[in-house]
Amino acid sequence: MKEINPKIDRTKKVIEITGLKKAFDDFEVLKGVDLELYKGENLVVLGRSGTGKSVLIKIISGLLKPDEGRVNVLGEEVDRLSPKELDALRLKIGFSFQNSALYDSMTVKENLEFPLIRHSKELTEKDRDRIIRFVLEAVGLSQAMNQMPSELSGGQRKRIGIARTLILKPEIMLYDEPTAGLDPITSIEINKLINEVQRRFNTSSIIITHDLTCAKAVGDRVVMLLDGQFQRQGTFEEVFDTDDERVKAFHNYNFIE
Amino acid sequence: MKGLTGFQPVEMDSSNKNTENTRSRRYVISKRLDRIFLELGHVFAFIARFFKEVWFPPYEIKEVINQCYEIGVRSLPLISLTGFIIGIVFTNQSRPSLADFGATALLPALISVAIVRAMGPLVTALIAAGRVASGIGAELGSMRVTEQIDAMEVSATNPFKFLVVSRVLASTLMIPALTMYTTLVSLLGGYLNVHQNEQTTLITFFYQVFEAITFLDIAASSVKSVIFGFTIGMVGCYKGYNSSKGTEGVGKAANSSVVTAMFLIFIEELLIMQVINALRVF
Repeated sequence: MKEINPKIDRTKKVIEITGLKKAFDDFEVLKGVDLELYKGENLVVLGRSGTGKSVLIKIISGLLKPDEGRVNVLGEEVDRLSPKELDALRLKIGFSFQNSALYDSMTVKENLEFPLIRHSKELTEKDRDRIIRFVLEAVGLSQAMNQMPSELSGGQRKRIGIARTLILKPEIMLYDEPTAGLDPITSIEINKLINEVQRRFNTSSIIITHDLTCAKAVGDRVVMLLDGQFQRQGTFEEVFDTDDERVKAFHNYNFIE
Repeated sequence: MKGLTGFQPVEMDSSNKNTENTRSRRYVISKRLDRIFLELGHVFAFIARFFKEVWFPPYEIKEVINQCYEIGVRSLPLISLTGFIIGIVFTNQSRPSLADFGATALLPALISVAIVRAMGPLVTALIAAGRVASGIGAELGSMRVTEQIDAMEVSATNPFKFLVVSRVLASTLMIPALTMYTTLVSLLGGYLNVHQNEQTTLITFFYQVFEAITFLDIAASSVKSVIFGFTIGMVGCYKGYNSSKGTEGVGKAANSSVVTAMFLIFIEELLIMQVINALRVF
């Protein structure tokens, strides 16, 4: 069980969502979601597959547009920004994808260099190399610099995916199912890395998962998405201390798995 | 939601089967028409976005050069072989008809007109549609379903500019160059066949080749290949960039890129031919 990060600033909201609704055709995925993320906090969003967890972080990063509601990220209303303003905001948000989404035609180094070349034009090649080495060391994969993504294991790909998001020093990290498809030991390593990133880079994070071990290990606060709305929130124990059959079933099935 | 064609499903009287069938058929047709018009709208928006973004920085010059290499240099072996064989086969098949009239001396002129005006651009475009459009469709399709395009977008990089603009530009630049090369190789194939049978020298052959064609032929061939190149790049990018439904979608994107590109190339060939023929009159 994770100790709550003492550096969390409860007076400073980095993300504030109110009344968020999103539907695909006739299927309403999010039915009025309210959420706050405080500075320095790791917030875990739990829920079954298909409940709109990934949709939520895609809306936060501006990949999807909300149907209704306000999404305020670092003081900016995401859906009202011009493309230029949205790009400026995105530089402050790191998005770690479920399948890592590494550019498979590029080496690890080129993957990490890709955002640097475009957004830190003042850097020399030497500076870029130094930063790449630093983030690779931070995720424990210094030796993978010249490998292709196809040569890496699932866990290594996740780490490189996280390194690629860290390279632009984001204030907010969004993790989409960080432990999905990984063996238990690699999952524990990824959980440790998420906590390490929070501590070392002073990020605020939303972690989308249905893995309760991950939720327990990384979450300062846990919220549970059921039927398109957040039904429970609090510490891990508080969320599951309930008579709600849906929540209990989620807990029991997760541990049977 | 009301469709573009204005039809909506209507509550029907169950006793009147014929009316019911007609209405449901109308509804299905209206839905299909809606889909066609929406797709056309997407296509035009995609093309318009290309013309909007191509002029403004950042210019992905390195990626354009990479793609020029992929599309141009890597197509050379296939293009060389195909062009050469087509030159030989076309010459060989044309000879008997001319020989009946004792006009085999006109072979270089015939080959020249056929290859420069039509076969060079068309063969190059069809081969490129098979190799390049399917490659682009599969590559971008796979990037879409593995969220690599989303990853570019969230890292504040414009994926349209990096992936689409660079590939369409490279294709538009490289297909005319490949067309010139195919034309030359086909003519060489034709020359070998003519030389073997009629003992014509290389200089005489090419003198007759250039005598038979005009500036309009070369200009038309160049313009045609630019349009074919643009079509191949655009179709591959559109199909790949908008693919969905996992790995099945990647296969579909690759397949429909080839089919659509080839179909459009034939339609364009037909239309351009009419325009050139009209110009020839003046």
